[in-house]
Amino acid sequence: MCGIVGLFLKDPALEPQLGALLTEMLITMTDRGPDSAGIAIYSAPEAGTAKLTVQSTAPGADFPGLAGMIEAAIGAKVSVVVKDTHAVVTLPEAQLDAARALVRSKATLKVMSAGEGIEIYKEVGLPKDVAARFDVAKMAGTHGIGHTRMATESAVTTMGAHPFSTGPDQCLVHNGSLSNHNGLRRELIRQGMSFETQNDTEVAAAYVSHKLQESQNLGEALESGLNDLDGFYTFVVGTRNGFGVVRDPVACKPAVMAETDQYVAFGSEYRAMVNLPGIETARVWEPEPATVYFWER
Amino acid sequence: MQSFDLTAQGLRALNSTLHGLKEQTNETVWEIVNPKGAHAIAVGLDAPIDVTVRGSTGYYCAGMNKQATVRIKGSAGPGVAENMMSGTVIIDGDASQYAGATGRGGLLVVKGNAASRCGISMKGIDIVVHGNIGHMSCFMAQSGNMVVLGDAGDALGDSLYEARLFVRGSVKSLGADCIEKEMRPEHLELLADLLKRGEADHLAKPEEFKRYGSARKLYNFNVDNASAY
Repeated sequence: MCGIVGLFLKDPALEPQLGALLTEMLITMTDRGPDSAGIAIYSAPEAGTAKLTVQSTAPGADFPGLAGMIEAAIGAKVSVVVKDTHAVVTLPEAQLDAARALVRSKATLKVMSAGEGIEIYKEVGLPKDVAARFDVAKMAGTHGIGHTRMATESAVTTMGAHPFSTGPDQCLVHNGSLSNHNGLRRELIRQGMSFETQNDTEVAAAYVSHKLQESQNLGEALESGLNDLDGFYTFVVGTRNGFGVVRDPVACKPAVMAETDQYVAFGSEYRAMVNLPGIETARVWEPEPATVYFWER
Repeated sequence: MQSFDLTAQGLRALNSTLHGLKEQTNETVWEIVNPKGAHAIAVGLDAPIDVTVRGSTGYYCAGMNKQATVRIKGSAGPGVAENMMSGTVIIDGDASQYAGATGRGGLLVVKGNAASRCGISMKGIDIVVHGNIGHMSCFMAQSGNMVVLGDAGDALGDSLYEARLFVRGSVKSLGADCIEKEMRPEHLELLADLLKRGEADHLAKPEEFKRYGSARKLYNFNVDNASAY
């Protein structure tokens, strides 16, 4: 199964509530995916800075020295905010790649996301517990995507949880299963992409990242995916300023969307959206099969 | 009228209350408020009661219905009226995938659009959709009638048995062994009755529809295909 929620705000007045609204939506989808949960939150970037979200299996040992370690390597000041097993490092944008390479070289550290606006938090456990550990409800932002996982294609681990981020400010969540991910992974590796898991969704994320690198826009990348990705999927994709949705041609994985003047919302089921402001008068519809939807600000 | 607040009282209390009603009950009119997209609302009813759901429902609303009339004043999630036996289910909004699947009797009315696989494997149910229906609708439909005032998606009536399909708008594509058939007087008469019962007689006339049915080449044994078995 798996549950997906997403919220793309059009009205800046709702931005302080983004985390709270998404948390409630995520918890409602617990029945669809109780084994792990994750959330990507995008906020307006501060000029010249970037963020690296890092996860550690030994946060007590790793995080106190994290700022110093990165500063020594990149020669610039950084700030670190620790939330449970994750730490968000804010650093000069020009040094993002160097810092990411450094973190990836450490055995106990994993990069969850990197970019100007994105932060990703994900862990094993019930969605309500995962959201509470990272205090997601207090986060502000412009758009966000959440996922509750019922694992089918790979192990229940932190790295197997969604969202998957395979490019700067990009993330993807998935309900379904891909049948050609092994072949596609080999092809993408040949073309220079790298992978951290055996998970099928990571392949879809890397596929979209690769297409974006080839200078397709988000809509075009998802359109290409309809030809190249085989299997069952409803995908919700985030970029720094965009939010996209696509379902496979058979469309057996559920999806409901709602739009008002204030937001565009996505839920695997309508009940994920019932407490959003103005839902009673929102335009509510099911995205059509094999049709790409995307919004950009 | 009996009113039931689903958020306050819970799904199990609702369904066990409705299941406890006998055929001769005097509590014949029910209203369910705050459905909030919950699953399995008013499933398995078996009494001649009238239930109105004030809002949108989740999976399987009014599934396995017998005798009851269930009205949904919103949209319905996947599998609404699945395996209905008798009675009536009327949805003011849209219906998600596989509405009326495997239904054996009764009437399902969708005043908005129905998504994919509407009436899949239907076995006697009548379905009237005021809007459009999605792909693979009436797949392996065995008997009953499907009336669509709008358009039908891809592969309508694939591997069809003896269900009758009436579509007023366009059909994106017909499934295997589904063909257009002649509309005879008895079909116009049947359609007039279905439109009336489906609260659609003010929206469309029987003459505006085309009839589709099985070419009967797929499910009948054909000696020319013997080598394939």
